[in-house]
Amino acid sequence: MTIEGGPTIRLNDLDLKFSREVKRLSATDFYTCLQCRSCSGGCPFSEYMDYMPNGVMRLVQLGLKNEALTCNTIWICVGCHTCSIQCPMAIDIAAVMDALREKALAEQVDILEPDILNFHREVLNSIERYGRTHKIEIMMRYKLKTRDLISDWAVGMKMLAKRKLDLTPSRVERIGDVKKIFQK
Amino acid sequence: MDALPVTDVSYFPGCSLATTAKENNQSLIECCQKMGIRMIELPDWNCCGSSSAHSINHQIAFDLACRNLSLAPPDRPLVTACPSCTLRLKHAQHRLKNDPAARERYSQMWGRSFDPDLRVRHFFGLLEEVDLERLLAVNGHVRIDMSFAPYYGCMLNRPFALRSGSNYYGIMEKTLAKLGLRALNWGHASQCCGTFLTVARPDIVTPKVNMIMQGAAESGADCIVTACAMCHMNLEVRCTLKNPVPIFHFSEILSLAFGATRHKDWFSRHLIDPRPLLKSKGLTA
Repeated sequence: MTIEGGPTIRLNDLDLKFSREVKRLSATDFYTCLQCRSCSGGCPFSEYMDYMPNGVMRLVQLGLKNEALTCNTIWICVGCHTCSIQCPMAIDIAAVMDALREKALAEQVDILEPDILNFHREVLNSIERYGRTHKIEIMMRYKLKTRDLISDWAVGMKMLAKRKLDLTPSRVERIGDVKKIFQK
Repeated sequence: MDALPVTDVSYFPGCSLATTAKENNQSLIECCQKMGIRMIELPDWNCCGSSSAHSINHQIAFDLACRNLSLAPPDRPLVTACPSCTLRLKHAQHRLKNDPAARERYSQMWGRSFDPDLRVRHFFGLLEEVDLERLLAVNGHVRIDMSFAPYYGCMLNRPFALRSGSNYYGIMEKTLAKLGLRALNWGHASQCCGTFLTVARPDIVTPKVNMIMQGAAESGADCIVTACAMCHMNLEVRCTLKNPVPIFHFSEILSLAFGATRHKDWFSRHLIDPRPLLKSKGLTA
């Protein structure tokens, strides 16, 4: 299995323990995948992925840990479930992507889409602070982190003008409850 | 005819409706009022655990959803309007019903036991049960002569665990047809809007959004009607086409048909100004 212009995958380092671990974490039996590619045909974002969703199913079946955890597919996937709807074998593909993302973070591998991860982290920081998402602060912090203050400036201004962005956050009163979630 | 009975429900607005989509929130509360549904905001609710939380930490996502469930009074359903929030809350409930360890964690963290009888319902579920003909006869309504492209986004897709019951396919068409609107067939009704990729990868989302917006324009629709506040925002923010079709929240159109008067503040918040269309259809002054 190769991607055009990509590295050759050698089937000599199969980590079946990893495979079983992903099955357990996702509570999904991806061993039934028959490579029909319905998922990849339906996925609205497959053209931006290095491995198509069916390819990721094959990677986890074979226990190709490094390939599965370092592909950009797991970060591009937004969990819209279009793939699972079309899968004739009823595989919850989005759940596998969720499991792989968490595994990639736990194993501290290289993340191919650091900006997407940065965004997720800023959202979680906001929830930890306020219990709810404070969009303007998330955007500002994200922009500072990615050192990109220029793009989307016009969009942000327009949203402010249209009162789409609140300057003060909507907050949970008993924030201790939320802190408890993040400390667990 | 007799006035409609009033039903109390707990209401979970979620972050989008509470902030960026206030017009969705206000119009929803107003049309529910007309339907005899009193939306009592869930006290001190928190983020549902959607998108980012469940993308990178399923435990935090689960706990966030659980806190919300634990705040809901047992005697009335917990009603949601955002498809993502609905999915997160229902997903947590599903796990609690099937996993004793999850129930144990819930009781430990929130000091009460999980209530398996609490009903988490999307607003569309309530709408399905409303006798709309009777309601229109009692309240009267404004006839809206407009064609629209119904846009559900990924709301119609659900993971396998949550696939029992209705996904409300066709409810916007069915409801709005009774109010004079004409639904058009088009190819993007259930295409994903790109959700959070809009921030980090606008290069991916912009072409998708433009394709959806172009599709609506080519179908000849006067407007798009959305089921999801997040979709609404993505379509408005990322569309780079000239003269884009205006986009309404479903609740705005419903409220307008029910004779809403406080809508001035809703339509001025849209990035794609729908007011010229509404004016040309004689719906606003």
